[in-house]
Amino acid sequence: MINGVIRMRRELMIRLLRSYLAGTIDDDIDKIPCQLRPRDMASTRCCPYKDRAIIKYRLMALLGAAWEDEQDESRPLRDYLRDALAAHARPARPLTVCGTGCSGCEDGKYQVTDACRACFARPCTYNCPTQAISFRSQRAHIDQDACKNCGKCMELCPFHAITRAVVPCEEACPVGAIRKNAAGVAEIDFTACIFCGKCFAACPFAAILERSELLNIVDDLQRGRKLVALVAPSAAGQFPGSIGQLFAAMAAADFSDVIEVAIGAEMTTAHEAAEYRERMAAGARLLTTSCCPAYVEAAKKHAHAIVPFISNTPSPMLYAAQIAREKHPDAAIVFIGPCIAKRHEATLHPGVIDWIMSFEELGALLAAKGIDVMSQPEWPMPRPAAASARHFARSCGVTEAVLKELAANTHDHDVEAKAEAVAVQGRVIDGITTKSVKQLQLYGLGKLPGNFLEVMACPGGCNNGPCSLSC
Amino acid sequence: MSEKCMIKVEVCCGTTCFLLGARELLALADDPPAAWQGRVEVIATPCMDACNGNRFSGSPYVRINGTLLSGATRDLVEQRVNAIMAKPQPERSAEQ
Ligand code: FES
Repeated sequence: MINGVIRMRRELMIRLLRSYLAGTIDDDIDKIPCQLRPRDMASTRCCPYKDRAIIKYRLMALLGAAWEDEQDESRPLRDYLRDALAAHARPARPLTVCGTGCSGCEDGKYQVTDACRACFARPCTYNCPTQAISFRSQRAHIDQDACKNCGKCMELCPFHAITRAVVPCEEACPVGAIRKNAAGVAEIDFTACIFCGKCFAACPFAAILERSELLNIVDDLQRGRKLVALVAPSAAGQFPGSIGQLFAAMAAADFSDVIEVAIGAEMTTAHEAAEYRERMAAGARLLTTSCCPAYVEAAKKHAHAIVPFISNTPSPMLYAAQIAREKHPDAAIVFIGPCIAKRHEATLHPGVIDWIMSFEELGALLAAKGIDVMSQPEWPMPRPAAASARHFARSCGVTEAVLKELAANTHDHDVEAKAEAVAVQGRVIDGITTKSVKQLQLYGLGKLPGNFLEVMACPGGCNNGPCSLSC
Repeated sequence: MSEKCMIKVEVCCGTTCFLLGARELLALADDPPAAWQGRVEVIATPCMDACNGNRFSGSPYVRINGTLLSGATRDLVEQRVNAIMAKPQPERSAEQ
């Protein structure tokens, strides 16, 4: 659902790209903050000058730079642009927190709202374990020093008059990797971060930013470098028009070739099914999927017991990159999807994927180039991927594809194999949360049933990734 | 037998408008207000060419009975359409 944060992010991308394509970016880039926030325009923050500063940091992130690394506040965006265009690798950390934009949201305090009627029952006062609630001027008051944040008052209030102030980024992070520092500004602990992007999607002040590779991609395209796009299965339904029209639009944007990552998903399915057979035959009790990089990171950092059960099968992105390299050995490869964690996965496999682009960034590139997806002809797909592989993008899709593969390799006369296929006890974790991280550990310890576990960090699957257009 | 004139709502689904909010406006086609039943036609169109230059800040664009509306939101479109519906409508014969 569109909101001010998403709109500003997309508008800035389009503006930046238009200016780059017009060849005026050197002159334009430092003017953008003032153009977007003239001094007589109502400001979103305390004043237009702060709004402008934050726009500058957003542009820096679009150029791949991090707020945390800023040494000289007076450094113009033009210099960051130069650095970005000279870069040959993606930033090691895909996210940055713009401290200037962070509102330092108050920690989970309980507060009494105007809905309090100072009722006769007053269950809040009777049940508060620390007697933190008193009544003044016909309204309950919570003594914040005495309150232990147990939440009983909120639970018991018949008027729902008590609320808890949340810190959206902290609330969204399933692994406690984002916290406010001593200065009251949010900070990501990258030793704990799983790159799921939930904080990025949750921050209503847009303080959490993705470090983009967009300018590198468009610069390569403009210089005539051969670029092959690998498009994630979740592309279906992201843009108006058909997937074939989207591919045609990408060809019109000068990508040399467009390959469905779902073709790689077919290979992942075949190998994962084979790995399942082998592992079960060797006596293993569980195999989990490995295609969601945020899940793999969550396992490595927060649920060690499950790590030995993660499949060794490469992800659809890696298989698709292999196909692209064989077909176009001289091209740079760009993965396009809805996921922030893919940036991290690509960093773990140097030399496989050259650039990562989000669906939003692809949309901005097409918009900046004036390419209308809906008006494109159908792209002649050499071989459309199997429907089951295209369904990898939704929750349960991987399980369904693997089950189908196992059953396909099971002949009626082969009773044992048939039984084996039928004996698959599939389980799905649909979205990584604080609770599901604990479940992962329990699966690893053999305390939860199932021998094939699919894990998707985003509820509903990659279709709902943090950089999808449908969110 | 006669019927009221249909009100035509064209939602620009060019890439710029789609990115800047038209996706949400398409919900008006799938889930229109009950009062619009049989009175309002909502269709998706390619780029209306209104997003050139800096005018892309006005996206998403919607055309209501031929009049261009910039910065369209679901609320704004509903208001405009409801205002047209509230005006006395010329009747036209179904045979025409
Ligand atoms: S995309 Fe809507 S007017 Fe161009």
